Amino acid sequence: MPVNPELQGRVFPPTPPYLVGREKIREFSRAVFASNPINLDPEAARAAGYADVVAPPTFAVVIQEATLVQLLAEPDAGIDFTRIVHGDQRFSYARPIVAGDELTATLTVASVKSLGGHSMVTAESNIVDAAGAHVVTATSTLVVRGDE
Amino acid sequence: MSTVPSIASLAVGDVVAQADFALSRDSLVRYAGASGDFNPIHYRDDVAIGVGLPGVLAHGMLTMGLAVQPVVDWAGDPGRVLDYQVRFTRPVLVDASAVAVVSVTAKVGLVEAEARTARIDLTVTFGGETVLGKAQVRVSLAP
Repeated sequence: MPVNPELQGRVFPPTPPYLVGREKIREFSRAVFASNPINLDPEAARAAGYADVVAPPTFAVVIQEATLVQLLAEPDAGIDFTRIVHGDQRFSYARPIVAGDELTATLTVASVKSLGGHSMVTAESNIVDAAGAHVVTATSTLVVRGDE
Repeated sequence: MSTVPSIASLAVGDVVAQADFALSRDSLVRYAGASGDFNPIHYRDDVAIGVGLPGVLAHGMLTMGLAVQPVVDWAGDPGRVLDYQVRFTRPVLVDASAVAVVSVTAKVGLVEAEARTARIDLTVTFGGETVLGKAQVRVSLAP
């Protein structure tokens, strides 16, 4: 089943707020081999001008994930998750994510393209803080393989 | 605190950081837990082979996540990363017992003196082949 081209432009409801925990940032930091004290030590983070430890640049994927779940669950999307290959990923930050942030993500399907039997879906998740201010945009291009 | 590199001291082509990362199967399990990505192709050989893969693969997002760390350490602050993008071009195969070494070289691709930002281009290889394409980090630096 091909990906539904009418998905393009669709905007999904905001995800429930995600409270960024200090220990979650430290756990994620260790998992991506981050050793900078600002990622791990609240004192070092405060000395650098942050309220608490700062998340590594790819941590936003944890918040983005909930939006990709929405996309795959969309009844008319036609996206078979067993055929998905992650093509590209991008994070564009207005400010870094800091422990204590309460973040909400809103997914827009930026584009759906067909390419030689495969579909390419570009999913853009706009992540904002509790005040509604932009923190980061996480963009994934998913390649959905066609029938072999 | 570490010193923030000065934009004035940078030239296109300068290598600013280099590092090797040894990924074991444990690293993949750790990343699965930390990220919430529990796709079994990242820890179970039978599932990976069953879907036609040569074996268990590192999460692309793990490779992306570690590849930026040498740049973070060079810039001195994870908050100096303004934008980071990659294309996933080849998988990193991780054997059940041996480690897979991923090598990262970070080179200045573009200097924007007025904006005090630089684009750092990453070359990320495994087994002599690049695994990330168009891997670019935009960082803010000191004047």
